Amino acid sequence: MLKEYSMAELLRQAGGGSIAQAVLKDQAEQDGVSRERLMEDMAKALEVMRQAAREGLTPGLRSVSGMTGGQAPQYKAWVEKDGGLGGQALGQAGAIALGVAELNACMGRIVAAPTAGACGVLPGVLLALEKQKGYTGEQLVMALFTAAGVGEVIAHRASIAGAEGGCQAEVGAAAAMAAAAAVELAGGQPQQAAAAVSMALMNLMGLVCDPVGGLVEVPCVYRNVAGAAVALTAADMALAGIAPILPADEVIDAMGRVGRMMPAGLRETGEEGCAACPSGGRFRSPSF
Amino acid sequence: MHVFDIIGPIMIGPSSSHTAGAARIGLVARQLLGETPRGARIGLYGSFAATARGHGTDRALAAGLLGLAVDDPALKDSLEMAKAQGVDLGFYQARLREAHPNTAVVEVWGERNRVSLRAASVGGGAIRVQELDGLPVNFSGEANTLILRHLDRPGAIAQVSRLLAEANINIATMQVFRERAGGLAVMALEIDGWPQPQVVEKLRALEDIQRVSLLRRI
Repeated sequence: MLKEYSMAELLRQAGGGSIAQAVLKDQAEQDGVSRERLMEDMAKALEVMRQAAREGLTPGLRSVSGMTGGQAPQYKAWVEKDGGLGGQALGQAGAIALGVAELNACMGRIVAAPTAGACGVLPGVLLALEKQKGYTGEQLVMALFTAAGVGEVIAHRASIAGAEGGCQAEVGAAAAMAAAAAVELAGGQPQQAAAAVSMALMNLMGLVCDPVGGLVEVPCVYRNVAGAAVALTAADMALAGIAPILPADEVIDAMGRVGRMMPAGLRETGEEGCAACPSGGRFRSPSF
Repeated sequence: MHVFDIIGPIMIGPSSSHTAGAARIGLVARQLLGETPRGARIGLYGSFAATARGHGTDRALAAGLLGLAVDDPALKDSLEMAKAQGVDLGFYQARLREAHPNTAVVEVWGERNRVSLRAASVGGGAIRVQELDGLPVNFSGEANTLILRHLDRPGAIAQVSRLLAEANINIATMQVFRERAGGLAVMALEIDGWPQPQVVEKLRALEDIQRVSLLRRI
């Protein structure tokens, strides 16, 4: 059992191993089930992510409101030509993140990770790295345990609900989770994963939750792409050996405080920010 | 907290509170009814009402009433399914006082029974049932739950707990609510395990028990 929810405690538990192994071991002990059983269940979540990526990248999706759907295949076609401007890994991660988030907006089947609104970030990062670097399914499953451990810490110390902490708590949390997962996938040390968490959250600190029409669509689906990009660059910085002066736990706590300071109009009420842009007005959800 | 609270739930989008939570409210209503619904009137309040169509809150509630799981892709087509099955569904904007912003009031009926409840979707797909047939209650449906409508008389609770003890069913949490002393009351018991049908029959046969519903954890 974790003594406290902190990245420091996760690193202590990881010891000479990985955060993923520590999280898996801890959960197996809590549940009284085998690690294999938990890995099988996590493999099911990964399979749903794969399926969601396939469906999200299939042309023809349209959300109920008409604001989103079908944009991911366009993005994919562009980046497939020569990697777009950012290269194959970034382009694919973005296209998958957009596709899964659009599928969510179109009432498709997704894995909330940590929320439905941010469900594209982890599949985007993990499935793009699988394709580019050839990681195995089992490595991806373990990376999801890394992500889960980071998510638990953020949920406890700050929040993973847009209504409480803004988008930094949803896409920000997802980016931090994906950044740590990517570091461990690439063979980085737990300290590097924590550094990636710190940098990903610093880079999305203050992001508000301002959905047009109060619906999980605009800007949410595009922010999933941004979350994937932040995760990949934070992971790369950490793998390059950059160690930020702010430890992850302090940044997570700061994110929690910033969330509590946010006015209600910027916490999933659909009132301010993007939601207040005049062009979004006609997309209000029909009510009863 | 569990790893699958973070990587999960597996669900139909777009919103854990407005879609998955709404589907769970429908599922709980169906189980409390204890039979296939023939119709329902569903009032939506607050954010539920404001964004219902865009979030598929109406479709999710209908899906739950039809018995579809929160990750069943058919959730999207539930209103059409209900129509095809002759289930009469109606939605309206509920006017409530001091309710959670994501609240639904559901009146559902079948061949034999009729049930009304008020429930809130409280985040991440979790729900709280707050009112049952006009009586205040408070349960989540996350554990197997026994709901007993009974008369507020001495010994009613003891009879129930004795029967469950004999059946080797552990009570995890227990709440009792009543309209007034000696009047109608509701017991909500979260239990470990799942009672055999004969245990439920014995509970139904108890003198002061008027109705027993068994909710399988959702």
